[in-house]
Amino acid sequence: MERRVGILAIQGDVAAHGRSVESAGARAVPVLREKDLDGLAALILPGGESTTISKGMDRLGLWEPVREFAASGRPLLGTCAGAILLSRASENHPVPTLGLLDAVARRNAYGTQVDSFAASVDAGGPAALAGLRCVFIRAPRLEHLGDRVEVLARVDAAPVLVRQANVWAATFHPELTPDPRVHQLFLSPQEPNQSS
Amino acid sequence: MSDETNDRQAAQSYELKVGFAEMMKGGVIMDVTTPEQAKIAEESGAAAVMALERVPADIRRDGGVARMCSIQIIEGIQKCVSIPVMAKVRIGHFSEAQVLDALGVDFIDESEVLTPADDAHHIDKHPFRSPFVCGARNLGEALRRIGEGAAMIRTKGEAGSGNIVEAVRHLRQVNGDIRAIGALRPEELPARAKELGAPVDLVRYVYEHGKLPVPNFAAGGIATPADAALCMSLGAEAVFVGSGIFKSEDPESRAKAVVHATTHWQEPAEVLNASRGLGQAMEGIEMETLDESERLANRGW
Repeated sequence: MERRVGILAIQGDVAAHGRSVESAGARAVPVLREKDLDGLAALILPGGESTTISKGMDRLGLWEPVREFAASGRPLLGTCAGAILLSRASENHPVPTLGLLDAVARRNAYGTQVDSFAASVDAGGPAALAGLRCVFIRAPRLEHLGDRVEVLARVDAAPVLVRQANVWAATFHPELTPDPRVHQLFLSPQEPNQSS
Repeated sequence: MSDETNDRQAAQSYELKVGFAEMMKGGVIMDVTTPEQAKIAEESGAAAVMALERVPADIRRDGGVARMCSIQIIEGIQKCVSIPVMAKVRIGHFSEAQVLDALGVDFIDESEVLTPADDAHHIDKHPFRSPFVCGARNLGEALRRIGEGAAMIRTKGEAGSGNIVEAVRHLRQVNGDIRAIGALRPEELPARAKELGAPVDLVRYVYEHGKLPVPNFAAGGIATPADAALCMSLGAEAVFVGSGIFKSEDPESRAKAVVHATTHWQEPAEVLNASRGLGQAMEGIEMETLDESERLANRGW
């Protein structure tokens, strides 16, 4: 049966994630309500404004349902604003977070839009992600990573793609580049051997 | 910073500019004139704020020359919010744009709301680090601005009017023009590009993708939650609200309500909820009472 992948649709680049999900062979489903989580194989928290999205989470009462979704063991991926929402806490104009990823997100860590950039991942990471080009837009940094957090990719030595069991976070936007590898890894039924 | 990666790109890259515009989709961008208003906008869930000295309704009322916002106001707003801060420059005034670029504003609006500095030329937007948004009434105008480097298009509407009719006209026009291109044969595209006064490669992009190469937002006259829902239903991917919030009786409630209606535009029951208990909307202006020379949308080409 076709796998349905939810994308939190309060605000942000929902459409771009939709294209990435579809090109990875799954069906993208917008999520605005608790009931929209039923039957999903995975959930994506997109890029956008973390303040705006967190206000929407308040309004829609989605904090607990998303935590329960994570507790069910199904995969979650947060990119940029989504990574902030997954973290244990955020700094630099803190927003409420889900506390599903043992890391602290420093918001706008690189500066404003004029400091946005694109760069390839550092050499020496997993072969499956070699040469991955990452687009950083008013990006956060993930700091104070807990022991259970695996770093899957770094740029300039800073962790940019991390994973803690079923919770994945990228400080960049894999949905904005045509390279499908992050979504493919995230959605692959086979867990990647990240230390190869 | 070490630079072993050889494909590093900086903010001037068009991809990064359009990518940032993508992040604002589904959001509301609110005009603010003080840090206090910016805080209210952020608290209500705005995806960005536009820093201004006067909202369009006041610019219209006061007359005179409207210029780029004073730097102190923009800096004050940048300090107090974490959401992106945009600011306007006069059409063609690339020196104002260089100032805002140096200040590091997140987005520059080359806007017909301010008094044009050049009646023949828009800014060449490619060399800037800050991305640009520009207004458009039809597809030709939208593609001319994109050709100059705009990373986001918004309708012009009629700013400061509290009247949605012009934004609706422009949304229908741009999207209707896009659909009409889809019905052409490939060899007909150059002639259509000539008629539109638009770069042929961008006309071809529209033909191949059925949409603009950048996000397409609504602006100009949005005053109620239902106005925002209407624009989203007509294909806008986000909305700008200028005078509509802070010229209304209860800005805080109205700001939240417009955000809610923009997220839930497909659910009439939610737009209804958003429309309750808002107090008076801003006063509106009937288009027929505006002289052609008073119409801001006629500025630019």
